[in-house]
Amino acid sequence: MPADLPAQDRLNDFVVKFANVNGTGSASANALVMKAIFRSGVPVIGKNYFPSNIQGLPTWYEIRVTRDGHMARSGRVDLMLAMNLETYARDVREVSPGGFLLYDSTWPRSTLLTRDDITVLGVPLAKVCNENFDGVRNRILMKNICYAGVVAALLAIDLGVIRSLVTEQYARKPKLADANMKAIELGFNYAKTHLPCPLPFRIAPLNATAGHVLIDGNTAAGLGCVYAGATVGAWYPITPSTSLMDAFRGFCESFRVDRATGERNYVVLQAEDELAAIGMVIGASWNGARAFTPTSGPGISLMNEFVGLAYYAEVPCVIFDVQRVGPSTGMPTRTQQGDILLAAYASHGDTRHVLLFPANPEECFHLAVAAFDLAERLQTPVFVMSDLDIGMNDWMCRDLKWDDGYRPDRGKVLSNEEIEKLEKFYRFVDKDGDGIAYRTLPGVNAKGAYFTRGSGHNQFGAYTEDSAEYQDLLDRLKRKFETAKAWVPKPVLEGPGTRDIGIVSIGSCDGAVREALGMLAGRGVALDYLRVRAFPFGPEVEEFLARHSTVFVLEQNRDAQFRSLLTLETAVEKRKLHSILHYDGMPLAAAFIVEAVDRALGQSARRAVASR
Amino acid sequence: MTSTTKPKLSHPSLPKNELGLTRREYEGGMSTLCAGCGHDSITAAIVEACWGLSLRPEQLVKLSGIGCSSKTTAYFVGGAHGFNSVHGRMPSIASGANAANRELYYIGVSGDGDSLSIGLGQLAHAIRRNVNMLYMIENNGVYGLTKGQFSASADIGSKSKKGDANQQPPVDPVLLALSLGATFVARSFSGDKQQLVPLIQAGLSHPGFAIIDVLSPCVTFNDHEGSTKSYAFTREHYHAAVEADFVPPAREIAVEYDEGSATVVPMHDGSRVRLRKLDPGYDPSDRAAAFTYIAEKLKQGEYVTGLIHVADGSASEMHAINRTPAIALNKIAYEKLSPGAATLAKLMDSYR
Repeated sequence: MPADLPAQDRLNDFVVKFANVNGTGSASANALVMKAIFRSGVPVIGKNYFPSNIQGLPTWYEIRVTRDGHMARSGRVDLMLAMNLETYARDVREVSPGGFLLYDSTWPRSTLLTRDDITVLGVPLAKVCNENFDGVRNRILMKNICYAGVVAALLAIDLGVIRSLVTEQYARKPKLADANMKAIELGFNYAKTHLPCPLPFRIAPLNATAGHVLIDGNTAAGLGCVYAGATVGAWYPITPSTSLMDAFRGFCESFRVDRATGERNYVVLQAEDELAAIGMVIGASWNGARAFTPTSGPGISLMNEFVGLAYYAEVPCVIFDVQRVGPSTGMPTRTQQGDILLAAYASHGDTRHVLLFPANPEECFHLAVAAFDLAERLQTPVFVMSDLDIGMNDWMCRDLKWDDGYRPDRGKVLSNEEIEKLEKFYRFVDKDGDGIAYRTLPGVNAKGAYFTRGSGHNQFGAYTEDSAEYQDLLDRLKRKFETAKAWVPKPVLEGPGTRDIGIVSIGSCDGAVREALGMLAGRGVALDYLRVRAFPFGPEVEEFLARHSTVFVLEQNRDAQFRSLLTLETAVEKRKLHSILHYDGMPLAAAFIVEAVDRALGQSARRAVASR
Repeated sequence: MTSTTKPKLSHPSLPKNELGLTRREYEGGMSTLCAGCGHDSITAAIVEACWGLSLRPEQLVKLSGIGCSSKTTAYFVGGAHGFNSVHGRMPSIASGANAANRELYYIGVSGDGDSLSIGLGQLAHAIRRNVNMLYMIENNGVYGLTKGQFSASADIGSKSKKGDANQQPPVDPVLLALSLGATFVARSFSGDKQQLVPLIQAGLSHPGFAIIDVLSPCVTFNDHEGSTKSYAFTREHYHAAVEADFVPPAREIAVEYDEGSATVVPMHDGSRVRLRKLDPGYDPSDRAAAFTYIAEKLKQGEYVTGLIHVADGSASEMHAINRTPAIALNKIAYEKLSPGAATLAKLMDSYR
């Protein structure tokens, strides 16, 4: 959005960024502003840029107000709330030309740090709060709530909407509601009297958020596990996946506790490490429960040995990988898609795993359910490849909906009666030719007993070191992976599919890609877009790659892992695939893609001219 | 090497248990361990114990890690599901399996390498978690499958087959379990079936984590002069402090012992363990005293055997802490697990 657009065009289309110190209660003030805008019927996106720390380090929260309902960050800043002295200089620099910066004028800032092309607004927040509230901690908290009132005045957010949000939030603590409302009104009134309210970019109520919610991917995935019927969750705490198990546990406390007896129809096991967490999931799934573990890259690294066991011994399990920046500890609070190859081929020996790529919280919910069905049908590990951006940020998405007709697909599990009818049970015989054998559960029937092992075994489940028997089983596992191609979620095609140039991407890149496609179309560049939702790749992916002469592959890592997977696992000619790589740890913005496509097409246009 | 199936022939006169099953029906595949291996005696004791308890074979779940000891789960109760997992990680598989179905009996068989080196963390945390299972360590102080390296339970000064003396202090599973709060801690010897069988029965009936460290000499790599885990050395240095008898539910205690020397511990399923103290003054219910006693005896080069410590483990058992229902989680109908569409629709309002 150019800075020189007339004010009328900037209604409901701008970015507010809050620069805070973490651990000061700023998160609730920022969430309050975001929710108030959402309740005004105006689409919003919230991105939290937080440190791996509890208190005292810089943290930013960015709200993009987007009347067109875009799903990605924009990369610009129209109003900066510079509440952190430590990052003040940097925050001043970040404001887009023509933008505004608001600071706490209790302590005057050096004039050296202002800019000619932005407007600086001062509000003596600390002074106002010191005069009206008691106690050090309380004054800090109220100072942050106070700026929410200032922002409401500047952006013309209805104070009534804010009041109802505060009342709901502190329904059980009316005193706190009053104190918060007082701070908000102090800020609101100060701004009304002293500042040019409202700003040229501001909120004008719309009706574009009906049927939508603001929810993060980890919450949605945790809820998906509840609806999928998962009863065992095992985990080791790790950012950014922790809130997934917190959500699962929270929903279970609400919906899975027998009110009469207090008995819980679920169990959450906090393991000593990720090795144990995946071990528990394998044990529980082997024993007939739906079980899962949420983790991130470092956890996947540790789980490798067990994942190989689950693959070879054919035990279903569901693993949520909420990806963060690697390698090693990396940047735990930044986002990336850096575990694609690690997950696809996790563990030693010949292994390949089913991966699902949700693009937003709504898909986290639905693909969580799909993951359990696939894991049990295929009797193999399934990875849900989320990331920090999806998992921990609030996204506006359609209401999550449920079909009460759903029943878990437990796959080929023999009942007591079925076992009884058998002359003898053999665990790994491929009766149906789809690579999937029938399994039995412990405790059901002694005739169905078998010995599960990670050592070489034949189709009867017996130990083997016989070459032919070993190979026979390994080939069946390959056949099973072929079967999976038809069962995994299909990719999503945007565009007619007949254009020359295409773009393929996965997961959280989706919002930025779709916005970029619109921007490129405005310049006369039309691309087909295929969003891949699963590995193994089905025929639709092959076809898309075959049909387009140039294919951009967009992903969030340095080494083009998704492109590598495409070249390894499809017939595509490697030279056709042009990588667009984003790996700075921040969520993707459309402008990045537009620039990359422009650059690449410009180069090829130049090459075409030169070769003439 | 392919697996060997034992012929299933049973003589009509073989004694039958309460289910009408003979001991043969509690056996498994043919052992592939070395002739004379202590582990095979333990396997026989497990068969005897399960037969004696009249367990339905499918009620038992057998779990193991990697190593000679871990192979043995294939050699008993063929009618039970078995899971031979990865090295040192059986406790997590057992924890998850037990979480899914608390109605079954879980027996984990491990070794000193599997439990005290690569799996020390998992063992420790399974004890802390108080998973309702019987965990057996077939302890021979040596790595067999990789041909004779010292394990973490090798005593200082114990000699390898090549003649090197071990110089690192051993990890004693009994002291470890006592310090971590296990509520059933026993030690035995593979050559003492009479002691071992009731211990296994009591361990399976104990509500919570039960651990039995079984000294089980390795005939191939650790049965020589200078080894402290040989048959000869073990026979000479093991010493029973408490003798345990297992009394199944609804059976009378037949023999009366002298007042004061015998204690009866009731188990949750109605069975009882009768302890007879061989060392006067020894109190197996006193964890701290047991620890001191065992440590003292170890210093003197003696392995105290028997049911060393027993306490009520039911309140801290994994399912008790998690307040799960008495029915197995994997048996709860989906209708009870899904909150339903209407609830979801209502829930959505809290995200606006």
